[in-house]
Amino acid sequence: MRRYVARRVAALAVTLLFVSALVFVVVRVLPGDPVAVIMGTEGGREAGDRLRRAMGLDRPLPLQYVTWVAGALRGDLGRSIQYDVPVGALILSRLPVTLPLTLLAAAFMVLGALPLGLYAATRHRRAGDYAAMIVSQIGISVPQFWSGLLLILLFSVRLGWVRSGGFDGWSAGVGPALRSLLLPAIALGFFQAAVLVRATRSAVLDVMREDYVRTARAKGVSEPRVLARHTLRNALIPIVTVAGIQLGQLVAGSIVLESVFALPGLGRLALGAITARDLPVVQGVALFVASVIVLVNFAVDLAYGLLDPRIRYE
Amino acid sequence: MARRRPLRHVTFTLGAVITLALLATAGLSLLYTPADPLAMSIGGRLQGPSGGHPFGTDQFGRDILSRVMTGAVTSIAVGVIAVGIGAGVGVLLGLLSGYVGGWLDESLMRLIDAVQGFPAILSALLFTAVFSPGMVVSMVAIGIAFVPAFARLARGSVLELREREFVVAARALGGRDAWLLLRHILPNSLPPLIVQATTSFPVAILAEAALAYLGLGTQPPYPSWGLMLKEAQNFLSLNPWFAVFPGGAIALTVLGLNLLGDGLRDLLDPKTA
Repeated sequence: MRRYVARRVAALAVTLLFVSALVFVVVRVLPGDPVAVIMGTEGGREAGDRLRRAMGLDRPLPLQYVTWVAGALRGDLGRSIQYDVPVGALILSRLPVTLPLTLLAAAFMVLGALPLGLYAATRHRRAGDYAAMIVSQIGISVPQFWSGLLLILLFSVRLGWVRSGGFDGWSAGVGPALRSLLLPAIALGFFQAAVLVRATRSAVLDVMREDYVRTARAKGVSEPRVLARHTLRNALIPIVTVAGIQLGQLVAGSIVLESVFALPGLGRLALGAITARDLPVVQGVALFVASVIVLVNFAVDLAYGLLDPRIRYE
Repeated sequence: MARRRPLRHVTFTLGAVITLALLATAGLSLLYTPADPLAMSIGGRLQGPSGGHPFGTDQFGRDILSRVMTGAVTSIAVGVIAVGIGAGVGVLLGLLSGYVGGWLDESLMRLIDAVQGFPAILSALLFTAVFSPGMVVSMVAIGIAFVPAFARLARGSVLELREREFVVAARALGGRDAWLLLRHILPNSLPPLIVQATTSFPVAILAEAALAYLGLGTQPPYPSWGLMLKEAQNFLSLNPWFAVFPGGAIALTVLGLNLLGDGLRDLLDPKTA
């Protein structure tokens, strides 16, 4: 067991190194001269040279990479050009929006998907199953940002129940803050649930075909108990895997939903940084988000190995 | 089991009909649109649906129906090329990884794990920071996001097929590695790859719309469904229809392609049906 975990952790380290190399290649190597990207046609040669020295861009590329990764490991992602504050601090200041939004959406996703998927499986090839599948098929087809727009159209423009966007921060109270996150989390979570519904349904159906479920029924175990104790518990492994992978997609989706609802999260930070040609911020946010997604995938992978001993001895 | 007839399969047929309608709309828009999708009209801005403009007009008085029709071309073009990039690069990496094995396999798989950390939106953010945004950035960013799935599938089938008798026999007859891969292994791993490509296509269309919406993809004045939604958001209270039609076009397209993909999977791979 310990060897399995050690091997996975070593693989994770290599993967994270690749993540940093990919970000570095796109931001520092592909453009040729990052300073030209940042300054455009404005600014003289001297100003360019100063910026180049300040960002350490006058040194050889491999050295730049090592310095950057070493800094990132200590939590130092460089300084924002636009705000003149550490990029790490900027990212931390935006997390209180993106993190709760993602978690709230994840909660909606699970709450929507598990009951519907379970219901569809128990009504296999009957009207309820088909209805659930149609609902999930529609959910998969609707772009999340469009569902966000439609929710704004209904609840804000037509009914006037909530604001169409914006976020006053947690200091203004937990209630108003949650209310600002509610619509985007619904748009993100419920529509992402559509994929999980199908995964839940097929996982439950697979388990229901097992001999031990038939045995339990034959022993006269009540149907709800068969579902809860014998079926759902065993079906949870594949469900958790799919849910974990979708967590990464929720992080990406929150970038879009932040834009729809004008929420000051990581996505808006990165988009603003692009307009302002603030390369260190884009680089930092990309490294952070990609690493988080890789870490989530790693955790899912590890959990899978822990729950199912067969995986470990592959 | 009886031989499956594609047209008897409701999901497949429905998906195929919607997809054909999409292709027809895109094709038609190249030859004919009710109005010039780029022609502005100051007098006729933000109108609701009417006889002259069945889908209404946008903030510049442009005909939304014509723009939705032309937007289909953008979606299909980005979708096809993005899936092409993902499938091409992914299959190549997967074949190489599975066939060569050893440390190359190990490193390529870690690279694939790393690429998985970059959803299309994140790659597009990165690329747009150093290059100007546009359709090319969309295609590449979405394509990259597809690489891991194709690479894993291709690698998996190589591992499965490598030791099969017909491959071993071909090798014993003196077949070179490239020949074995292209002539014997690749054709036998095609069905899951085809299904993957079909299911990736609607994902690409959703991603293209999201990127255009964020301003990272197709740029104005080109009609893209995502871009139209971005513009529509500013006028939700004046003309809600402006937000309804492009979004509906995306949803219907993706629904059709998903149904087609599901149907195809049922027909090609009876095990999972």
